Amino acid sequence: MMAATLRALAEPSRLQIVELLRSGPRPVGSVAAKVGLRQPQASKHLHVLSKAGLVEVRVDAQRRIYELRPAPLKELDVWLGRYRKIWEANYRRLDILLEEMKGKTARKSRMRPKHAKAPAGRKRPAKRS
Amino acid sequence: MAAKQAKKLELVVTKPSDREIAMTRIFDAPRDLVIEAWTKPELLKRWLYGPEDWLLTVCRIDLRVGGALRFEWHHKSGQAMGLSGVYREIGLPDRLVWTEIFDEDWTGGETLVTLTFIENGGKTTATQTVRYSSSAARDAAFQTGMATGMDQSYNRLAELLNSGA
Repeated sequence: MMAATLRALAEPSRLQIVELLRSGPRPVGSVAAKVGLRQPQASKHLHVLSKAGLVEVRVDAQRRIYELRPAPLKELDVWLGRYRKIWEANYRRLDILLEEMKGKTARKSRMRPKHAKAPAGRKRPAKRS
Repeated sequence: MAAKQAKKLELVVTKPSDREIAMTRIFDAPRDLVIEAWTKPELLKRWLYGPEDWLLTVCRIDLRVGGALRFEWHHKSGQAMGLSGVYREIGLPDRLVWTEIFDEDWTGGETLVTLTFIENGGKTTATQTVRYSSSAARDAAFQTGMATGMDQSYNRLAELLNSGA
């Protein structure tokens, strides 16, 4: 469902048509004129949008009036909002994993001390600087 | 203290160009650990989920130029989402560049992802830039020849992403 919406919108003229129809229903001639397309091209794009469920058409006398269907766009808005939230959630999980990894690194360096102090009572002479 | 913490760990989304979306995030860890977490499959599975409840169940990484990557997310309902790609540049510890395409191909073609790591005072800034391909213009369904128009479409998509709707 989402793929059809995205594919329909990923074409510049169709995106323009959707933006145009936000302000209200229009006959195909008006859509063509406003978007700068010849009528057959506009019809073709409106057909694609209709198949994707983004617009619906009603016949008024001789004219075909196209109207936006808000549901798929709301779905898209929600989906896109989720994209950002998905990444925020992923990064928070990564924060937790990194804390765990830092803990392991710290434990490893505690287990292998590099500069162990010599125990008291050693008879080696002090180093000369 | 909690408020300051939240600010520095904020996800920043920007639009470097008409066809790109960049996400920047600071991690409270040295660069080598962040890189490890981002390039080892068993670690990626711990955090790189899809949407909520979509777990990364398949993760194959061949970390070399021309090497393939394959990610699959599965939902408990049985639905799956897959992504394939190829590494273009391995410039660690500074950057990684690879291409990605979803099995479902939501984005009308391959995307090019650049991931950079900058370390500063024990913290690492990771920036992921996703560039949408114009290869969709060559697709039969998009034979309008309006390459710049396609960029505008993706810019709108980026604006929608940015608005955090």
